Amino acid sequence: MSAVTVQSGVLRVLRVVVVVGLVLATVVPFVYMLSLSFVRIDDLLRDPLRVLPALDRLTTETYREVLASEQDGGYGFARFMRNSAFVAVAASALTVVLVVPASYALTRLRFAGRRQVSWLFLAVYLFPTIIIAVPVFVGFQVLGLGSSLVGLVIAYVALTVPVSVHMLRNYLAGIPESIDEAAVIDGASRLQILTRITVPLAMPTIMSTALYSFMIAWNEFLFALLFLSAKQDLWTVSLGLTRLADGQEVSKTVLMAGSVLLTVPIVILYGVAERALTEGLTAGADKG
Amino acid sequence: MGSRLRGYENRDGIALVVPVTLVVAAIIVLPIVWTVVLSFQDARYVDVARNGLFNELTLENYADVLTSEAFWRSLLTTVQYSVATTVGSIAVGLVAALAFRDRFRFRAPLRAVMLLPYVAPVVATTFVWQVALNPQYGVVNAFGTRVLGWEHPVNFLSSAPTALLTVIVYDIWRYFPFAFMFLGAALTGLSREIEEAAVVDGATPLQKFWFVVLPQLLPTVALLVLFRMVMAFNEFDDVYLLTGGAAGTQVASVRVFEQLTGSSDIGGASATAAVMAVFLGVALAIYLRLTTRQRETP
Repeated sequence: MSAVTVQSGVLRVLRVVVVVGLVLATVVPFVYMLSLSFVRIDDLLRDPLRVLPALDRLTTETYREVLASEQDGGYGFARFMRNSAFVAVAASALTVVLVVPASYALTRLRFAGRRQVSWLFLAVYLFPTIIIAVPVFVGFQVLGLGSSLVGLVIAYVALTVPVSVHMLRNYLAGIPESIDEAAVIDGASRLQILTRITVPLAMPTIMSTALYSFMIAWNEFLFALLFLSAKQDLWTVSLGLTRLADGQEVSKTVLMAGSVLLTVPIVILYGVAERALTEGLTAGADKG
Repeated sequence: MGSRLRGYENRDGIALVVPVTLVVAAIIVLPIVWTVVLSFQDARYVDVARNGLFNELTLENYADVLTSEAFWRSLLTTVQYSVATTVGSIAVGLVAALAFRDRFRFRAPLRAVMLLPYVAPVVATTFVWQVALNPQYGVVNAFGTRVLGWEHPVNFLSSAPTALLTVIVYDIWRYFPFAFMFLGAALTGLSREIEEAAVVDGATPLQKFWFVVLPQLLPTVALLVLFRMVMAFNEFDDVYLLTGGAAGTQVASVRVFEQLTGSSDIGGASATAAVMAVFLGVALAIYLRLTTRQRETP
C-alpha cells in the first residue's frame, strides 16, 4: 500500500472522529443545561449522574419560580429579561445609527484625521474593560447616569463600535463607487446618497452589525455588575443570574432555567442570521 | 465625483465621523487617560470624589506594583493562561476547520452548531460548567467516582493546579469556534488548483497539508494569534465567573478588579493596569516585527 492510500484512509476515519467529538463537546453542555432546567433539585442531589430525568419527574416549576416576581415568591427573571431586551435593542439601534455614517465616511471620503480615527477605534482592545469601566462608572455617577439602563446602553455602544465599523467598512468597500458618482450626476446630495443608495445596498450587513451589537449587549456582564449591582429592579439577566448564583439560597436547577432563558433568545437570533453574522465577522479574512 | 460634493468632502467626512468618535472618546479614551493619571496618585474613592483628577502626584503605586510578589505571580498566570488558551483554541479551531473542509451531510447545520459556545452568553455557559464540575452534584464528578473509579471527587475550580487548567480548557472550548470560523473562511478562499497539482506530483495528504495548505493559512493564523492574545490577556469575565480568581487563577484583570472593589485602591489598580498594558504593548510590538519580517523574507 502506498503512503497516499494509507494516509487518506487514516484521515478519513480521523475526520469522522473529529467531527463527532467536537460536535458532542459543543452540544453536550447545552443539553445538560436544558435538561437540568426541568429537574427538581432533590432529584439532582440524589442522582447527579442522571442527566436526562425520568419523564414523570419532569417539572416546569423551575421556570415558574425563576420568572415570577419577588412578590409572587419568584426571582424576577421576567423583569430582568425586559431590562436586557431594552438595553440590547437600544444599544444595537444606536450603534447602527452612529456606525453607518461613520463607515461610509471612512470608506468613501478623504478627510483630515481619517487614519487617526481608525487607530483610535483599535485602542479599545489594548486595555482591559475593567479599567475603562471604573472611570466611566464614576463619570456617569456625576452625570446622574450611574445606576441607570441608559448609562449601560451608552457604554455598550462604545464597546461594539470598533467591530461594527470594521464589519461595515469591509462591505462598503466592495460596493462600486461609480454608483455614488452616478447619483451625484443626477443631483443627489451626500445625505441622499447615504440614505437612498448606501443603506439599502448594505442592508444585509447592517442587519448583521445590529445583531452583533445586540448579542454583545445581551451577553455583557462586567459593566452591568459595576453599574447596577445595588439596584435589583434594573438587573439584566446576566447580572441577575450571577448575583443569585453567588448565594446558596436559590436552587441550582431553578438557576438552570434562568440560564436557558438567558441563552434561548441569543440562540434563536443566531439561528436566524448565522450566515450573515459569520460572513460579516470574517470579511477580509481570506485576503490574509 | 462632482466638484460640488468634492469641495465639501472634508467637512462632510468629519461631520459623519464625529458622533461615533465622540462616544468612543468619552467612553474609552478618556477613561484610559484618566487611569494613567490616577496611576500616579495615591487615590482612594473619597479622594477622587473630592478632588477629581487633582491629587498629589507620586510614583509610589508603580513602586508597589513592581515590588509586589503577587503582581508578578499574577502576570505569570496571565501569560500562562493567554498562551495556553490562544494556542489551544487556534489548534482545535484549525483541526475543526480542516475536518469541515470537504462537503458531507449536515455540514452546514453542524458548522452552525459548533459556533454556539462562542455566541452563547458567558454567564450561562460558565454557570453550566460550574454545576457540571461541582464535587457534590456535578455530573463530571459523579461519572468520575462511580464509573471511572476516582477515589475522591475533584475540586476542578477551587484547588490549585486544576483550577487554572479548567479555566484554560473552558476558554479553549469557548473560543475555538472563533478560530474555526476564521480559518474556515480562509480555507474556502484557497485555490484548489495548487493542491491538485501537488497531488498529481505525488504528494501525500499530510505533505499537501504541510507544504501547500498550511503556508497559505499562516497569515490568518498570525492574525488570530494577535486577536486572541490581546483578548485573552485582558480577559475578565471567564475567569471571574468560573473561579472568582481563587486557587491560582488570579489573572491581571481580576487582580485589578479586586484592588478596586476589595481594597478600593484606585491608584494601585490603575498602576497595575498600566504596567500590564505596557507589557502587552511591548509583546505586540515584538510579535508584529517578527511576523512582518517573516513575510518579507519568505
